[in-house]
Amino acid sequence: MEESRKISQGIGQARAAACFFWLLAVVTVAAFMVHPVWLPEVVSLHGVDVDRQMNITFGVAGAAFFVAQVLLGCCLWRFGRWLPGPALHWNESPRLEVAWTLITAVIFVGLGVQGSVIWARTYLTEAPADAMTLEVTGQQFAWNVRYPGPDGKFGRTRPDKVDDAAGNYIGLDDADPAGQDDITTQNIIAIPVNRPIRIIIRSRDVLHSFFVPVLRVKQDAVPGMGIPVHFTATKTGEYEVACAELCGMQHYKMRARFLVMTDSDFEKWLKARAAQ
Amino acid sequence: MEAHTSFLRRWVFSTDHKVIGIQYILLGLFSAIFGTGLSMLMRLRLAWPDAHFPLLEKLMPTGFPGGTMSPEFYLALLTIHGTIMVFFLLTTVPLSGFGNFLLPIQIGARDMAFPVLNMLSFWTTFVALLVLLASLFVEGGAPISGWTAYPPLSALGKIAGPGLGTGQTLWLTSIGLFCAASLLTALNFLTTTLNMRAEGMSLMRMPLTVWAWFTASAVALLAFPVLLGGSILLLLDRLAGTSFFLPAGIVVSSKIITRSGGSPILWQHLFWFFGHPEVYIIIIPGMGITSHILSTFARKPVFAYKAMVLAIFSIGFIGFIVWGHHMFASGMSPFVGMVFSMLTLTVGVPSAIKVFNWIATLWGGRIRPTAAMLYSLGFVSFFVSGGVTGLLLAQPAIDVYFHDTYFVVAHFHIIMGLAAVFSIFAALQFWFPKMFGRHMSETLGKAHFWITIVGVYSVFIPMHFLGMAGAPRRYAQFTEFTYLKSLQPLAIQITWAAFITGAAQLILIFNIFRSMFFGRKATENPWEATTLEWVIPSPPPHDNFGAVDPVVHHGPYEYSVPGAPTDFTMQTAPPQ
Repeated sequence: MEESRKISQGIGQARAAACFFWLLAVVTVAAFMVHPVWLPEVVSLHGVDVDRQMNITFGVAGAAFFVAQVLLGCCLWRFGRWLPGPALHWNESPRLEVAWTLITAVIFVGLGVQGSVIWARTYLTEAPADAMTLEVTGQQFAWNVRYPGPDGKFGRTRPDKVDDAAGNYIGLDDADPAGQDDITTQNIIAIPVNRPIRIIIRSRDVLHSFFVPVLRVKQDAVPGMGIPVHFTATKTGEYEVACAELCGMQHYKMRARFLVMTDSDFEKWLKARAAQ
Repeated sequence: MEAHTSFLRRWVFSTDHKVIGIQYILLGLFSAIFGTGLSMLMRLRLAWPDAHFPLLEKLMPTGFPGGTMSPEFYLALLTIHGTIMVFFLLTTVPLSGFGNFLLPIQIGARDMAFPVLNMLSFWTTFVALLVLLASLFVEGGAPISGWTAYPPLSALGKIAGPGLGTGQTLWLTSIGLFCAASLLTALNFLTTTLNMRAEGMSLMRMPLTVWAWFTASAVALLAFPVLLGGSILLLLDRLAGTSFFLPAGIVVSSKIITRSGGSPILWQHLFWFFGHPEVYIIIIPGMGITSHILSTFARKPVFAYKAMVLAIFSIGFIGFIVWGHHMFASGMSPFVGMVFSMLTLTVGVPSAIKVFNWIATLWGGRIRPTAAMLYSLGFVSFFVSGGVTGLLLAQPAIDVYFHDTYFVVAHFHIIMGLAAVFSIFAALQFWFPKMFGRHMSETLGKAHFWITIVGVYSVFIPMHFLGMAGAPRRYAQFTEFTYLKSLQPLAIQITWAAFITGAAQLILIFNIFRSMFFGRKATENPWEATTLEWVIPSPPPHDNFGAVDPVVHHGPYEYSVPGAPTDFTMQTAPPQ
């Protein structure tokens, strides 16, 4: 009597859990299927490859997730106390084990190789020789931008020349002739569309991270280092730069406008800046 | 061995591994309640950043000036939440808590190899917790640099922001103490496992829980010293004018910092050389507990026991050489990033093997859906859900987009937080009768399981979408960016789910304390399990096995052996 009560309760509870895992598998996969809704549009050349690899990996991850949760549900649905006799005495199967180990290894390593190829294409190569170079320096809690000006050279900076009151945030040294024509802005970056851009990321105080979601670019700004990133933006428009490395109490406000312009608009914009 | 009779020596400064285990679990329970409380406050700000809470202003006037939570208080909450959960709950309970109580018993020993050292470890951990909590009450409050405490932010002192003065120094002191204590515990576990096994308890007859605690201890022994060293160096940078982590030319708040020669990235290497193995220190005991409980309630041996041992070992080993995947965007060489990427995907293989083996353990079983079993199934579900997103984060090309967004927050909360917490729930429900001689309520346990699993999935699955949209973590609010504004409804939904899940934890707390005094009395072996803790009374006497040492004749998971009189064969049963 007691035994049969336990068994009937067990069926209900095990099968409720089975249904939960099935529902979880279906609902989650469905929600992720519409994931492009969440991703910001991509406006960089390399970003298209990144998104494709992301989609492939989401496919593999989603399939693994789905199969595992569904199997968990199947075990719960089928194998309860109500079945006659003791449990199956099945505790190893070398063939099965070798098979699933190899299959998993091939898929995981395959993804890694594919991902590394995309990574290498952008990050193990230098920016093209015709790339335009600019410099972005993070500080609590702003982005300082510098264009080299007509001479194509950045002037020297020195920490003791930093003067926040006078607007010399990066410590540009006016004794250096190369720096005379440097153009600086704060919290606004403009670049020309369809042209390779190289940005040297720096910081003058703590860590920051230069994050442009639409470009799929993120690079930590580290004091003492100038870290180059390069990309080509493919669509004009106004976008945003966020700080993605905790940098202090106003981290959540550290924002720059990111303008991608046509060549002629960019030239005009830069001239207007230089005149200021 | 005589038990001490004075209250103080028996219950407070006890050298009995069982009392120490329970002390760790209670410390973890406090940390869990405190850390969850902090996360609820964080969710409050993320959902309604400008709302006024006059009541909270009365309780915490510095955190809620004018009734609205300040961004620096949000960051302080975030730092203490992360620190207390990772160290004082997830490291402490599955390893030091359950490991202390069960490891000696499961191998047939009367105590740990070094009982006094064991007591010292616990009280050092206790002091570390007090020091951490003290940081909340000093001038400037708790540090705002997160649980990773990246310099220069954490090295510059209060000039860089509130909480970075005394608060940060206390934080580092607390972590240093915690490292020292964990190191001693790890030594103790390793020695005990190697030297104190009962007759017949060969290595390959050890329960997978013991293998897990043993491996996690080996990892802890090698990982904690690195963080200990790192935190001493950072303390020196702060207090003694050194510059291990500070390069030349820093200008903060218009002031030049006159240090030179250090590297901020050095800290990241030291921190993550510890920090990645740390997540395995957390999850490996959970894997052991899950294997143990799934086998017991499926009435089947653990599938591929040897492969499970090998998988635990390779996870522990490879776990040491993947730390760079936390640093793809740090400025580290992109070539090194590729190496770390491949190694990280490799560590996924033994993790996947464990999942296959858990499912194969269930297959063909006679599953008993007890509360402990449901929690363990939850562990497997979370381990998969959190694991598969690792495939994305392991590839630097993709990770550069997801790094430091809510996608990562969702990933590690599911695989490290929830999976480990569900292994704690399962272990409590399963071993409570052995610890206190009384059962926890099955009905309350199942109610808690259902609300919690539905609740946490409703919190953390949508969090992936925030990450996909590019929402950075550690933002006190999403209102300053155009591209983040549309995410506010999702943030509010997550907050409601978090509140409901948080409230449901009261069921667990009630269940624990009610059951201690009024729970159904437990017999020696209520679950019809096979390992050594179930041959002795519940709760066990001071010296565990009394006058006669146990002799082991069987493997740990001999369930449903053909021809055996019952569907479980105790490890001590005479050989056939």
